[in-house]
Amino acid sequence: MSNTHADTVLYVRDTMLDQQEPPASTVGPVGWAKDNLFSGWLNTALTVLSSLFIAYLLYRLIPWFVSPTWDGTSLSNCREILDGHEGACWGVIRDRWQQLLFGFYPPELYWRPILTLVLLLVALAPVLYTDYVTPKLLYFSAAFPFLMPWLLWGGTVWMPLMAAAGFAIGFVVFTLVSRVLNAGISIFAAALVAVLWWVLLAAPVAHGIASVLPLALEPVASRDFGGFMLSITIGVTAIGCSLPIGIVLALGRRSDLPLVKILCVGFIEFIRGVPLITLLFVASVLLNIFLPPGTNFDIILRVMIMVTLFASAYMAEVIRGGLAALPKGQYEAADALGLDYWKAQRLIIMPQALKISIPGIVSTFIGVFKDTTLVSIIGLIDPLGLANGIRADTAWNGIYWELFIFIGAVFFIFCFSMSRYSMYLERKLQTGHR
Amino acid sequence: MKKSVFLGALTVAGLAAGVAGAATLDDVKARGTLNCGVSTGLTGFSYPDANGEWQGFDVGVCRAVAAAVLGDASAVEFVPTTGKTRFTALASGEIDMLARNTTWTFSRDVDLKFTFVGVNYYDGQGFMIPKELGVSSAKELDGATVCIQTGTTTELNLADYFRVNNISYEPVPIETNAEAQQQFLAGACDVYTTDASGLAATRATFENPGDYAVLPEIISKEPLGPLVRHGDDEWGDVVRWTLNALIAAEEYGVTSANVADLASAPTDNPEVNRLLGTEGELGAMLGLEADFAVDAIAAGGNYGELFEKNIGENTPIGLARGLNAQYTDGGLLYSPPFR
Repeated sequence: MSNTHADTVLYVRDTMLDQQEPPASTVGPVGWAKDNLFSGWLNTALTVLSSLFIAYLLYRLIPWFVSPTWDGTSLSNCREILDGHEGACWGVIRDRWQQLLFGFYPPELYWRPILTLVLLLVALAPVLYTDYVTPKLLYFSAAFPFLMPWLLWGGTVWMPLMAAAGFAIGFVVFTLVSRVLNAGISIFAAALVAVLWWVLLAAPVAHGIASVLPLALEPVASRDFGGFMLSITIGVTAIGCSLPIGIVLALGRRSDLPLVKILCVGFIEFIRGVPLITLLFVASVLLNIFLPPGTNFDIILRVMIMVTLFASAYMAEVIRGGLAALPKGQYEAADALGLDYWKAQRLIIMPQALKISIPGIVSTFIGVFKDTTLVSIIGLIDPLGLANGIRADTAWNGIYWELFIFIGAVFFIFCFSMSRYSMYLERKLQTGHR
Repeated sequence: MKKSVFLGALTVAGLAAGVAGAATLDDVKARGTLNCGVSTGLTGFSYPDANGEWQGFDVGVCRAVAAAVLGDASAVEFVPTTGKTRFTALASGEIDMLARNTTWTFSRDVDLKFTFVGVNYYDGQGFMIPKELGVSSAKELDGATVCIQTGTTTELNLADYFRVNNISYEPVPIETNAEAQQQFLAGACDVYTTDASGLAATRATFENPGDYAVLPEIISKEPLGPLVRHGDDEWGDVVRWTLNALIAAEEYGVTSANVADLASAPTDNPEVNRLLGTEGELGAMLGLEADFAVDAIAAGGNYGELFEKNIGENTPIGLARGLNAQYTDGGLLYSPPFR
């Protein structure tokens, strides 16, 4: 009776079956397509229609893009090469790409803006990729704001050094005074001394040292700046300065001190209440008139200041949104730990508020970078202004798409990188419970 | 309206600032370069070439003045200006002169307080049509759709012209010249109207320029010329007589090729001698070298040479001299005597 089971059941499997691949129609590209593209008659119809549309677009566009006109010397020459066919005239890009990138910067000095861009990336690395780059590079990041103008504009190295010295002097004054008086007064005293140094002493001292030991690069006038170099210079400065200024403004707006609060609210609302182009006109026209004749207040510097102020006001509101989104408990916890205001901001509030605001902050950055094209309206030769100038050359008059596609592509590369980086940063800082 | 009042106030304020630094000639000499305002880009008149050098008909005037004052046609800082920034740039002293296809009008001369030193191009508003329209005169354009840039004087001129001739039209408002070209080629309008020089430049870019024609009617006066600030007549004289020297040089047959020869020794023609400084002291009266006109002419040639090189019939733009011919050839160019 030991085999009763065998008597009652015809077949018993005594080994496990190997796992099998899922049916080919449910995995891989085929499965994906079935699930997403052909999951019903409506979706199938839409898929077929859109594929036809895309195919039609490519059929019309690719012959235009793939056009043997790279060596064209003028629009009419391109038309001869094309011989009646439709096609782009890429000769204009070959002829003018350096101008579109560097403006009127002397060609033999192109290495300077290029080096500046490389150094910019090096300076940004420890800030952007804290996990992979040694924090020691931060010292270089701190020096970069003084290095950049020297490399781009040239002149003696002592001027940026003396500007940097102003910060050092301010810091020394702060440490000395803060031993005797409270922090607020020490900051004020330090700022005062630093400003006095910059306004009164920095230039003569720099000239004095330069006359002994020049160490100068060949100067390049602001007027020679143009193309993407101009856009990036203005954009990077505005982006770099607007974040700290924006944080200060956002904190000021939430401050309990009425004077600070009114000043910050007034500034933010005023700047947000006027279009950027108005501020640019103020920079180019009003200042020109109200400054005494002969004052050489660089137009690019004026524009940079205006764009920075504009971006700061928007940045302040973005960060204020982040501050407002933090639960009140976080503020109270910081108080309960006995942290003072600055420590609470630095250790508890800001890291969280900034993390919340990342998408908004990066949107503002991208917006500011694209807004730099507005400077063409006040006669600075940014890529769009340059496109207009290139079209005024009889050789290239009548060319639109090629130039705008090139400019658009370069802008896209910059803006898309910023947006991808912000997504990476959000993922990295993701601590929520999902 | 408010805007113009505002800009007017700015300009007045600018004048006050400008007057303080009156002796422009001394400033230019001390600086060693001429700051000349040009257009950021206008076909044939001012544009940067592939090497970043500014070229064009207006640019040629700047170079001639630089050569006359400083003896060096390359001692010019070109300041690109837009239609909105040009007058404040001049009023505030950022530029010493403006050579930017600017129409000489009463209000700009009197109200904005500028001095137009002459005319280097007589322009006027014209019409371009596709030949298949079968129209030979603007008066036959009754009921036509017209592409026109909004907010410009061309819009007002057009309305005036059609009202005076009692014909109707339908405006197609567009923003920029680039847009106008696309719309016109696409057939969105029968007629495109703007300055005749602009029409010629636009037509030159078409794939089949022969299919389009510019009508003979010119419906407005647009004398374009270099200008300086009010209140510095010495400097105004320098620019005026440099321009006149270019015009007179063409009249007397002095070109960039033969100017060195003619200036090396006095010729039989006393007017040429005075122009080139081999006789008399005209240069010194201006506060310049005696041979200032020689440098100016050598810089880019006389008026006719500048015209032919940049916008004349052998260039893609292909403008005929027309009104811009010497008075001896039935044009309007007439330099006062160098005496």
